[in-house]
Amino acid sequence: MNELYALIKSLSVPERMLAFVILAPLAGGLLSGIDRKLSARLQGRYGPPVLQPFYDVMKLLRKERIIVNKFQDFPIVLFLLFTIFSGALFFAGADLLLTIFGLALAGTFFVLGGFCVSSPYSHLGAEREIIQTVAYEPMVILMAVGMYQVTGSFRVGTIAHHHAPLILYLPGVFAGFLYILTIKFRKSPFDLSMSHHAHQEIVRGITTEFSGPALALIEITHWYEVMLLLGMVYLFFAFNPWLAVVMALATYLFEIFIDMNYARFKWQLTFMSAWLFTAVAGVSNIIVLSLMR
Amino acid sequence: MGWFKRSPWILHYNATSCNGCDIELIASLTPLYDLERFGIINTGNPKHADILAVTGSVNEKSTQVVRNLYDQMPNPKVVVAVGICATSGCVFQDCYNVQGGVDKVLPVDVYIPGCAARPEAIIDGVMKACEILEEKYAQRKKSGKLAES
Repeated sequence: MNELYALIKSLSVPERMLAFVILAPLAGGLLSGIDRKLSARLQGRYGPPVLQPFYDVMKLLRKERIIVNKFQDFPIVLFLLFTIFSGALFFAGADLLLTIFGLALAGTFFVLGGFCVSSPYSHLGAEREIIQTVAYEPMVILMAVGMYQVTGSFRVGTIAHHHAPLILYLPGVFAGFLYILTIKFRKSPFDLSMSHHAHQEIVRGITTEFSGPALALIEITHWYEVMLLLGMVYLFFAFNPWLAVVMALATYLFEIFIDMNYARFKWQLTFMSAWLFTAVAGVSNIIVLSLMR
Repeated sequence: MGWFKRSPWILHYNATSCNGCDIELIASLTPLYDLERFGIINTGNPKHADILAVTGSVNEKSTQVVRNLYDQMPNPKVVVAVGICATSGCVFQDCYNVQGGVDKVLPVDVYIPGCAARPEAIIDGVMKACEILEEKYAQRKKSGKLAES
C-alpha cells in the first residue's frame, strides 16, 4: 500500500520538481488523449488515436509563427512558467497557498494574453475567463482552508502524510472542488472562454489570435494544470496512495461524463451556481468543522 | 514522422455554395464517417487551420473573404475545392456574378468533384491534402524559410 509513498519520499525536493516538469506533460497529454477517445466513444464515434494530443502539439510547433504584436506570446510563456512553478511547488510538498496563488497568477497572464490583441472574440473570451476565475477561485482557497483545519498545516507534504482520511472531514469541500474542477478543466457546462469541441460560438474565444507554437504552449500548459489539479484531488484521499490515484483518475472520468452530458451554461448561471455551490457545500463544511473543534 | 498528416485541422468556408456540399462536409464529421479518427478537427478559426475547404463557385463578395481567410492561415497550408462548383463553377460557370471556381482566386491543391461531393470523396480529398501538406512543409524546410519564420 505504501510503496508509492515510499517512492515519493525517496526522492529529494529538486528531484520531485524535475519529475513533475518532465512527467506531468506526458501524463497530462495521455489523459487528454484518453479524454478525446472516450468522448468519441460516448458519442458513438471511433475517435482519434490516444496519442492525438501529442501529434497536435508536434504539428503546432512546426507551423509558421504569426504574431499580431510583439507582446502577444510573452504572457503565454509566463502562463506556462507560472503553471510549472506552482505545479513543481505542489509536487515538491511546499506550501499549498503559494501553489494556489501561483496558479491564479498564471491564469491572470493567460487573460492578459487574450486582451493584448485586438480581436473582439479574443476580448470576449478573456472577459469570460475572468468571470470563470472569479467563479472558481473562492472554492480553491476554501479547499486550502479546509485542509488546514483538519491537518493544522498548509504544507502539501504534511497534508499528504496526514494519518486520517481528509475526505471524511471535508465531503462538502470535495463536492465544491469537484464542481469548480469542471471550470478549471474547461469542460462542457463551463467552457465559455474557449472550447475543445468542434462547435464554437466565439470562434476560439481567448485562443483566437494564437497560432502555431503559442497555441502548442497553451495546450502543454493545460496538461500541467490538469496534473496539478488532479494532485489536489489526490490530497483528499492521501491516507491511501493507491486509492488516491484511482480516485484522481475517477474524478477525471467523471468530468468527461459531465462534459458529454451538458450543454454550455451562460456566464450568469456559471457564476451564480459556482458561488452558490461554494457557499452551500464549501462554507457550511468549514463552519461545521470549526464548530466540531 | 509526418506530424501534419496526423493532425490536419480544417477551416470550412461557404463561398456562394447551395449548402449541399457544406452539409456533406459536416456529415463527414458525424459518427457514421467520423473524420476525427484521423485527427481532423473542424475549426472555425483560420489561425488554427491547416486546410481551407471551400465550397461554392465564389462570387465577387466572397472573393475578398476567401483571400482574407487564406492570408490569415499560417504556413504550411493547403486549399481544397469541395464540390463541382468550387472546382470549375459547373452550370454557373457563365454567370456574370461568379468567378467560376476557387482556383480563379486561390492556388487550389486538391479538387473534389461531385454534386454534392460525397462524404467518402471529401475524406479521400482531405487525406490527399494531408500528403500535400507534408510536401509543403518539407519544401519550406529545404528552402530555409523555417529559420526566419
